[in-house]
Amino acid sequence: MDLILEGLIKAFHLFLTLDPEVLGITWLSIKVSGLATFISVIIGVSSGMIVALTRFPGKKFVVSVVNTGMGLPPVVVGLFVTVFLWRNGPLGFLNILYTPTAIIFAQAIIATPIVMGISIAALQNLPNKLRLQILSLGATRVQMVWILIREARLPLMAAVMAGFGGVISEVGASIMVGGNIKGYSRVLTTATVMETGRGNFDVAFAISIILLLLVFLVNYIFTLIQQRERPR
Amino acid sequence: MKYFKSLSVFCVAVLLALTAFAVSTVNAAEKTIILATTTSTQDSGLLDVLIPAFEKESGFMVKAISVGSGQAMKMGEKGEADVLLVHSPDAEKKFVAEGFGINRRLVMHNDFVIVGPSSDPAKIKADKSSKDALKKIAAAGALFLSRGDNSGTHALEKKLWKSAGIAAEGQKWYQQTGLGMGETLNVAAEKKGYTITDRGTYLSLKKRLGLVILVEGDASLLNIYHVIEVNPAKWPKVNVAGAKAFADFVVSKKAQGIIKTYGIEKFGSPLFFPDAGNKE
Repeated sequence: MDLILEGLIKAFHLFLTLDPEVLGITWLSIKVSGLATFISVIIGVSSGMIVALTRFPGKKFVVSVVNTGMGLPPVVVGLFVTVFLWRNGPLGFLNILYTPTAIIFAQAIIATPIVMGISIAALQNLPNKLRLQILSLGATRVQMVWILIREARLPLMAAVMAGFGGVISEVGASIMVGGNIKGYSRVLTTATVMETGRGNFDVAFAISIILLLLVFLVNYIFTLIQQRERPR
Repeated sequence: MKYFKSLSVFCVAVLLALTAFAVSTVNAAEKTIILATTTSTQDSGLLDVLIPAFEKESGFMVKAISVGSGQAMKMGEKGEADVLLVHSPDAEKKFVAEGFGINRRLVMHNDFVIVGPSSDPAKIKADKSSKDALKKIAAAGALFLSRGDNSGTHALEKKLWKSAGIAAEGQKWYQQTGLGMGETLNVAAEKKGYTITDRGTYLSLKKRLGLVILVEGDASLLNIYHVIEVNPAKWPKVNVAGAKAFADFVVSKKAQGIIKTYGIEKFGSPLFFPDAGNKE
């Protein structure tokens, strides 16, 4: 128990004194996971929309593959991405292994099926005739897509939150492809693992608390957007 | 329309940020060195002082990937690291002999110690020989935590069991954590078991652990660190200049001085002893 208290005190201390290292790690976590979520939303929502709104053979198979991907273990993604990004691997020429970019890459792979899976469910849940109605009122296809996204806003925001929650909290891929390099590719989760290994439980707790607060804050903002009164 | 506008502004901002990221990594590519090293150099905090000193002096950026010595050498074998700082002498000799590494140089040493709960159920305290201590642990069936991760420490531990003539693997009292040294010490402390650790990591964690040193000073417990450059003849993508610069640095007077004093302030005694230039 006293460890948790110590951690709380340490967290406040690190934050109030604006410890540059902890601030840097926190900022990198936001940047990396934010960008990864953004990429996954672009890819996930658009491809989710295509899958949800079109009919093609093998659709059920595709959807179940996506749904399986929602449970993709981060370490497995980390391992694959590492092997691909190795200097002598197929994507070695990019030279991005052990960089924050590599973490974004891996996290985007983790988040995309999550966002896509929930998007498919959200869009399929819209009344079937809505599309016909929108089109018959003279909307262009782009306008129709936009209206559908707005109609499904609640579950789509949930998709974004799930995606972000999945990547900000994962450690397996980040540590493998990022390398947990001090002042460069160290994020909140990998720092927690390292400080625990070093026996600095108070610091580890402090970082965890910062991580929790961060996740809460981001989700709070997303929820505000999600629950906002719909403009008429 | 309002939405479209704000969305496109956001997209542009994100794209710019991404490009900035990409550019910064591309620029860094030639000036970065991948150092594959053991968990003990990171967990003891030594790298946190050595690397900044080197980076400031040379202008290279060091990406230190801390894994077990076994994995570090695997990375070297595959050309995925430029330089290694490891402590698994037998495996290192093989590594160099097979042509994967060049310029293996002695850097520093400390020693391994056998630690355990102060209650010492197997009564190994003050044993002079690590071999006898392990025999007693086995005979008493007292819990022993092994790293089990092919690290340098694990290699040494296996060697000791072998010399004691005990097949520890698979025994009920023998558990493998598969974790780094710091974490394994935490597990040993929590489960009140014995384990073998390098002194550096132990000292840096000591105040939290409640484990005591029971056997030390045996010649078979010496823990020796070497720096090895990955052979560029085998892997053309290796950063030769960077690897050489780093290896030269760790055996330089300056780095050896840092190693000599590191830990005195915080732990009361040095964690490593500089050895550059000495014979093994």
